[in-house]
Amino acid sequence: MNVAARTISEPAPVLAGQSLVPAAGLEEEVAIRRLNFFYGQSRALKDISLSLYKNKVTAFIGPSGCGKSTLLRVLNRMYDLYPGQRAEGEVLFSGENILDRGVDLNQLRARIGMVFQKPTPFPMSIYDNIAFGVRLYESLPKSELDGRVEDALRRGALWDEVKEKLNASGTSLSGGQQQRLCIARTIAVKSEVILFDEPCSALDPISTARIEELIDELKSTYTIVIVTHNMQQAARVSDFTAFMYLGELIEFGVTTDMFTSPVQQRTQDYITGRFG
Amino acid sequence: MNDHTVKAFDSELQLLDKKIAHMGGIAEKLLAQGFDALSRRDPQMAEAAVASDRVIDTIEREVQEQAVLLIARRQPVARDLRQVMTVLKITGDLERIGDLAKNIAKRATAISGENHPKSLMVGLRHMTELALSQLKDVLDAYIERDADKALTVWRNDEKIDAMYNSLFRELLTYMMEDPRNIGLCTHLLFGAKNIERIGDHTTNIAENIYYLVHGRTLAEDRPKGADTSLVLLGKD
Repeated sequence: MNVAARTISEPAPVLAGQSLVPAAGLEEEVAIRRLNFFYGQSRALKDISLSLYKNKVTAFIGPSGCGKSTLLRVLNRMYDLYPGQRAEGEVLFSGENILDRGVDLNQLRARIGMVFQKPTPFPMSIYDNIAFGVRLYESLPKSELDGRVEDALRRGALWDEVKEKLNASGTSLSGGQQQRLCIARTIAVKSEVILFDEPCSALDPISTARIEELIDELKSTYTIVIVTHNMQQAARVSDFTAFMYLGELIEFGVTTDMFTSPVQQRTQDYITGRFG
Repeated sequence: MNDHTVKAFDSELQLLDKKIAHMGGIAEKLLAQGFDALSRRDPQMAEAAVASDRVIDTIEREVQEQAVLLIARRQPVARDLRQVMTVLKITGDLERIGDLAKNIAKRATAISGENHPKSLMVGLRHMTELALSQLKDVLDAYIERDADKALTVWRNDEKIDAMYNSLFRELLTYMMEDPRNIGLCTHLLFGAKNIERIGDHTTNIAENIYYLVHGRTLAEDRPKGADTSLVLLGKD
């Protein structure tokens, strides 16, 4: 028997940045290209390029001050509310650079909605919390508005808990319910992208699980971005993960790869709890 | 590599490695004992081998408990996760190696009454020596996280397979020469088969080390040096 020593063919590793080229079956919803961001003189984001894929959940992770929340705030121009903050580069959404001056910010923020760390219900009834945003953009007859409110609350997995008390104040709900109310509010104005900024950091584990379940359901309709300090949460809910450090994108890839065999040492050190 | 911010996490991972080193050391000793017991037909040494195998089984259970605890408490990811998974698999292979070596030793009792020429043992001794050096190298590769060394072990297994193949033929020849050899040679054949299996478990460990270090599995089938399932009496 003649057995020659065979060479071993090794599968190509998933490299950081590889996902910048849209893989088969992935549709780019938002394209961030060479994005720089400044707080006055200080450069908080350095040449970030990355894609947010349609109907996928992308998680931004990294230590405090790495720029992940800044990046999230650029995506719906939240920074415009503060003087001295500016962004350079491109964030393409529906073929338009949302950083351009002429962009209608109200329209943009309806299409790219945000859910904050602490629930932010308006001091009004549950019904009006949802209807408020809708009325800003559309004038609907009562019956249609009722339908829109119900639909948003159903998608926000809150309907069954509040359908009997739509006139109760939004602030009377529990923390987890308030957070789902805020998600429903975003859904009601027909957003396409939902940005979550640490949506569960003020919630107990059960409420957290409900939000995670909701994110999983919502991604069939929306493109979702989540900033989280909870690494396990990123591993659980996201399809793609971007690891950022000191304003730079260190590694971006498929979440399952990132949490089993990250390419970059710094990613490895961070997610395994070895940082600095 | 940096240490974990939580120091206890480091000690828990290190403890797993220490257990593997300990278990591996006993498995090496057991394999040597197994062969010596057989070649000297020494029932006492066989008993010692059986006792060593019990120690291996105990460590395997300890490692499994610790690994489960570590997963529950620390939720390891990336390389840490790969380490825990690798440790679990390696202990399984080491436990099997211990069992197979013990089985070789136990044959000492069965053949203790039989007279046989020393030359019959030469082939088995060579196989054992090679399996031992493979086992030692793979354990070193694990502790050193040396994927290249693991790959060398992985490739070298075909030598054990080839030795098994030739020993198989040799023992068949002895049996055909003199039917009185059949009892002894059958035991030696089983012993050789066990060592060949030990080699396979050693390559499993090597594959796991490769995964631990690189985060991906070895793609291709291992080169095989022997297939005695195709060997028939009287055919060559």
